Amino acid sequence: MKIPEIAQLIKAEICTKNHDPDTEILSACSADLMSDVMAFSKSNALLLTGLVNPQVIRTAEMMDIKAVVFVRGKKPLESMIAMAEEKGIALLATDYPLFVASGKLYQNGIRGRGE
Amino acid sequence: MSTIVRDYSIPANDFTIAGEASSSVRKLLSQLGVSPDVVKRTSIAMYEAEINAVIHGNGGKAHVEIDESKIYICISDEGPGIADLDLAMQEGYSTAPDSIREMGFGAGMGLSNIKKNSDILYIETEINKGTKVNITVFFSK
Repeated sequence: MKIPEIAQLIKAEICTKNHDPDTEILSACSADLMSDVMAFSKSNALLLTGLVNPQVIRTAEMMDIKAVVFVRGKKPLESMIAMAEEKGIALLATDYPLFVASGKLYQNGIRGRGE
Repeated sequence: MSTIVRDYSIPANDFTIAGEASSSVRKLLSQLGVSPDVVKRTSIAMYEAEINAVIHGNGGKAHVEIDESKIYICISDEGPGIADLDLAMQEGYSTAPDSIREMGFGAGMGLSNIKKNSDILYIETEINKGTKVNITVFFSK
């Protein structure tokens, strides 16, 4: 699923400008603990989180995560948007809570680890 | 290829720049054409060790050596040391304060994530002296 389709599905605003809109997202991980994210290894992945700090972007970079969705109406800080744009990571923000946003993506074919 | 050596300082308690050394090494490995899987494993191991130095070690240093077959990383700090290394290696065990958990770390997964992603892990630690985390990742196995 491409990033604009994901944004439409979970009614998310896309906060970054220079990511590749054709990136195909195949898998996802939902977590507020970055160490748990670091135990996740799938390619072309998306991270859903309620945590808002620069380490989220740094963790996404290390894990080669292509896009991050901030849930529950949280918005990334300007400094995080700049950092994500520099690294080519897409940032999205949705009002849906973590469970609902994850469920909608799962229902539409995005899968997690171990499947 | 001659050995490439890099040294970084890891500032204490500064979460805004924590991870810059790992980010820089990640870029360097990608530029050298190292396989994406090795770049990812190295990045995770180094980043977790770097974060540990920020959280527990009052900051520290990162020393990196890259040759044609491997990358060696030493993250050292002069923090309080690890009292029980076997316990610290267990998933879920953490001594990090709540303020660190609020930042998304301190889940007790750091050392086990480092171990999983490195080919050789050797930890030297001494109470009230500090800790050295030595990580080696081979480019092909």
